[in-house]
Amino acid sequence: MATATKLFGASIKRREDPRLITGKGNYVDDVKLPGMTYASFIRSPHAHARIKRINTAKAKSAPGIVAVYTGEEVKTGPLPCGWLLPGIKIPPRPVLAQGKVRYVGEPVAIVIAESLYAAKDGADRVEVEYEPLPAIVNCEKAHAKSAPQLFDDVPENQSFDWSIGDKAKTDEAFKSAATVVRQRLVNQRLIPNAIEPRACMASYQPATGDLTLWVTSQNPHVHRLLIAAFVLGMPEHKMRVIAPDVGGGFGSKIFVYNEEVAVSWASKALGRPVKWTAERRESFMTDAHGRDHITDAEMAFDQGGKIIGLRVKTHANLGAYLSTFAPLVPSFLYGPLLSGVYTIPTIHCQVWGVLTNTAPVDAYRGAGRPEATYLLERMMDLAAKTLKVDPAELRRNNLIPADKFPYQTPVAFVYDSGNYTVALDRALELVGYKQVRDEQERGRKSGRYIGVGISTYLEACGPAPSQVAGQLGAQAGLWESAGVRVHPTGMVTVFTGSHSHGQGHETTFAQLAADELGIPYEHVEIVHGDTAAIPFGMGSYGSRSACVGGSAIHTSVQKIIEKGKKIAAHLLEAAEGDINFSDGKFSVKGSPDKAKAWGEVCLMAYLAHNLPQGMEPGLEATSFYDPVNFTFPFGAHIAVVEIDPETGHVKILRYVAVDDVGKMINPMIVDGMVHGGIAQGVAQALWEWGAYDDNGQLLTGTMMEYSLPKADQLPSYETDRTVTPSPVNPLGVKGAGETGTIASTPAIANAVIDALQPFGVTHIDMPLTPEKIWKAIAASKKN
Amino acid sequence: MSKIRMTINGVSQSHEVEPRLLLVHYLRELVGLTGTHIGCDTSQCGACTIMMNGMAVKSCTLLAVQADGAELTTIEGLARNGQLHPVQEGFWEKHGLQCGYCTPGMILSAVQILQRYPKPSEAEIRHQLEGNLCRCTGYHNIVKAIQYAADKMAQK
Amino acid sequence: MYPAQFEYHKASTVQDAVALLGRLKDDAKLLAGGHSLIPAMKLRLAQPKHLIDIGKVPGLSGIREDGNSIVIGAATTHWALESSSLLKQKLPILPEAAALIGDPQVRNMGTIGGSLAHADPAADYPAVVLALGAELKAVGPKGERTIKVDDFFKDVMTTALGPDEVLTEIRIPAPASGTVGAYKKFPHPASRFAVVGVAAVVTLDAKGACQKASIGITGAGPKATRAKGVEAALQGKTLDASTIQAASEKAADGIDIQADLQGSVEYKRHITKVYAKRAIEAALARAKKS
Repeated sequence: MATATKLFGASIKRREDPRLITGKGNYVDDVKLPGMTYASFIRSPHAHARIKRINTAKAKSAPGIVAVYTGEEVKTGPLPCGWLLPGIKIPPRPVLAQGKVRYVGEPVAIVIAESLYAAKDGADRVEVEYEPLPAIVNCEKAHAKSAPQLFDDVPENQSFDWSIGDKAKTDEAFKSAATVVRQRLVNQRLIPNAIEPRACMASYQPATGDLTLWVTSQNPHVHRLLIAAFVLGMPEHKMRVIAPDVGGGFGSKIFVYNEEVAVSWASKALGRPVKWTAERRESFMTDAHGRDHITDAEMAFDQGGKIIGLRVKTHANLGAYLSTFAPLVPSFLYGPLLSGVYTIPTIHCQVWGVLTNTAPVDAYRGAGRPEATYLLERMMDLAAKTLKVDPAELRRNNLIPADKFPYQTPVAFVYDSGNYTVALDRALELVGYKQVRDEQERGRKSGRYIGVGISTYLEACGPAPSQVAGQLGAQAGLWESAGVRVHPTGMVTVFTGSHSHGQGHETTFAQLAADELGIPYEHVEIVHGDTAAIPFGMGSYGSRSACVGGSAIHTSVQKIIEKGKKIAAHLLEAAEGDINFSDGKFSVKGSPDKAKAWGEVCLMAYLAHNLPQGMEPGLEATSFYDPVNFTFPFGAHIAVVEIDPETGHVKILRYVAVDDVGKMINPMIVDGMVHGGIAQGVAQALWEWGAYDDNGQLLTGTMMEYSLPKADQLPSYETDRTVTPSPVNPLGVKGAGETGTIASTPAIANAVIDALQPFGVTHIDMPLTPEKIWKAIAASKKN
Repeated sequence: MSKIRMTINGVSQSHEVEPRLLLVHYLRELVGLTGTHIGCDTSQCGACTIMMNGMAVKSCTLLAVQADGAELTTIEGLARNGQLHPVQEGFWEKHGLQCGYCTPGMILSAVQILQRYPKPSEAEIRHQLEGNLCRCTGYHNIVKAIQYAADKMAQK
Repeated sequence: MYPAQFEYHKASTVQDAVALLGRLKDDAKLLAGGHSLIPAMKLRLAQPKHLIDIGKVPGLSGIREDGNSIVIGAATTHWALESSSLLKQKLPILPEAAALIGDPQVRNMGTIGGSLAHADPAADYPAVVLALGAELKAVGPKGERTIKVDDFFKDVMTTALGPDEVLTEIRIPAPASGTVGAYKKFPHPASRFAVVGVAAVVTLDAKGACQKASIGITGAGPKATRAKGVEAALQGKTLDASTIQAASEKAADGIDIQADLQGSVEYKRHITKVYAKRAIEAALARAKKS
């Protein structure tokens, strides 16, 4: 019997594209409702100040203004923090500032008008009197009694003090070390900058009490639960959240923001739809920022160049308030990642989460894992220099061997499967390591400075087993939902709790479901992003959609196949155990011509004329899949750069990426994820920095100062795969959304420092600007 | 208020507008063509790129009144009679988009690239995309999409 | 993100525009391509009460030869300059610089006159027109006048143009035979404005020695300037590597360099010298080609 071309694993074109390439996408700002009003926010120009007075009279009388509200009127629950660590202090985060502002851009008032421009003009007429206070932006300096205090009941601005690992055992290991490498590392603040700015539109229907919120969200149900139940205090089932086409998230659209609540509140107050779309300046000031760690790291080695211990102390900047998942990122998505791909007998990590007068910080592509990987990979390169060992060899000697899986790390994680040496070897082969090193040698003799940077990484994604998550402080479960509804004609609709904002789930999930059912790809439709249609889902982040969302779909599909088999067995007068299902046909084992087609079985499920005794009509299943573990993609990236010693400019000559993301539903889409991730990680190493001055003013507050990478700054990437299926879920997939970003930052950083080796440069903090590089060269020439 | 008249995707449009109305807002709000997107405030991102009198321009940096009497093509008008432009085809074939938000502007920029440089090298393509930001794709497949379109158009 | 309100006037001739400027004075700004003005208005850094659109005034754009000069209409777009075969042949430094401005979409709209009148300290043309010894023609209520480019750039975004004058033409005298030029730019990675941009125009005599050098520098200070020290150090000398190096050492002299996120004063001084050297070297490479 001929098998149809397998869809799982096929690089088919995306179903999303026809509408997106013809301008027929439906993004939040595209949505129009009759009677729609437009909101504009008045925001604090000060990083830290008391609000003395707000005068809204002039604004209220401006043309086209419908209403003006401040923190006086908008009294709701605080924006919630959904992850608790032991002893954590979570000061209240108001929707509109109450008495005090704590970061530049914090919303203070909202103006609602009949038109876009009238809202902006009206906002200009709101007068706010502030009493500025001293501000603190550096999270190490903020962690002090002498620093300006953001909250009266959060001494030294410390929200939490968290540790993982065995301190005593680690200290012991350091005492006996042959070599200790120490380095202070700054992982600088980044600003996500999805090209679609955040947007929301709330529409409250007074006649029914229903509130609909369109919002750029990666997780509409989470928005609904948090906003309805915890902030507005309205019944959850009376709120509907729709996240239609969303133009990128990278984490920044996970969280519940002030504006989304404010427009919801305002729509209730006015009985009219209220829409707000961020100006890019507002995005810069208020989208959750990423990273911002200051770390002292130490790595201990024995005589044979084997790692015997790792000790890490990190100050993590949380910003002025705790964002929705903020505590998780520098704790459980960071500390447990510090074993990386290496055999490290003992690790201790202590993290202080500190509040400062800056925008709140939360998950941004990689979320904690880039910080951990950057640390490990920089330390390995530093150690290689100190030990006078080739950086590839030092890594090779410390990689966890392939026969050690499942592997228990000293920092909680049990890795599922991995073959790290194969990935490293493949990357070295692809880049032509020996030839590159030879070229480097030759180059150094003639004043050319080429550098090679390796990054062997592991990441943990597909969060997470709910029980474990709960133990670690999650105020939510981390399973995923999938409703699979078969229609009488055999067509299928899949309702997924995952959300696609670039990942192509409408394509890949259809591939998955159609493949398992053996029916044409066109017969499966994927629905996402509407809480009215879909069972409660947790959404897309942490590269969880394939492994958790996909597994939920698989589970529901299996339930449907099981019921289908029962119906077929009944129709074929055979035992259920004797029924085979493949390629969309139910047949009797041994008698393949005794069969029922998929369509026949589906129709019978709904005709119900001849179903097994006691069986309900219909053919649909809903599953909630709770992962049993994280999955652990891994790989090796190698970057080759050249430095212009006169100016410090960096040119990327080559970028090689070998990634193992387990099985792949659509390799083309996985490649796309890797490409995009690499661009963002490279950008952190070389260009991007969310920089505040000492007064808390954002110096990089527009796209004219904040250097998002452009096409002419990046090379084409050379990508390859190894495939080590994950035993953790039925699909064998691991997750690919963030690997590129996690691996690439240290690959580039290591390459740049390697290029500067003739000058004796051992470390430079990111971003590796031309000036920093030139300065390091100039300094070494003086010595 | 100023009276403006222009042809957009072959259709005549006429409206009374405030002089300060940006062309991109005119397109999105008054004409109802929401395929052209806004991504920034400072004319960097290029998501708002359209064709005006045959040249790619950033509609966020133009007043609607400046387009009076002009012929515009927005992303909605690029395909003719249901037939995709080779650049649109290239983006689909080569996975040149992920979230799709930068895509309309990116496609129209690419159309201009190929109008001016029918056989662009990779370096030329990347240089000519200086005015368009993408946060999702890392540009790799966008380059491939444009190369695909160049090949296709060369065959015609 | 949205400009403040203003009244819009369409000028049909230069005289129209001059008359409107005379009437509306400091409350009015001219609109050509708008790609310096409109970004400023969107950020509300500029809030003119009146805009005078000269984008469709006939005769204000175009590139032509006039005797021994090249004449460029003020409303000529960067793209027109970038793609001009006449300029590529006669004054390649201009299309070279134009091609580096902004991005392709900006170049389709932005004009040379608009850029010069706006006088952003990090714009590209100012360095080039200084090095070329251009003359700028302005039309005001009292008629036409010619402003020598050395007198044109006064301060940050301040030129010699009066508030009621319209820049109409840029006239570049034909360079002496043996003249070559090149423009080298260190672009800001985000804005792509010049962190530093150097235009080097050198005239070589029959023996290959430098008869005359004209070096324009933009981006480093509050306005574009001539690097007189560099010019003097090149004059009359054979331009070998050490001469160029020594001359370039003077490139940052007299420029009030400000530190910012792109660099400290020390670094910016350094790259000003480096780009001066590279611009001179690139100009010479052109000489060797022809």
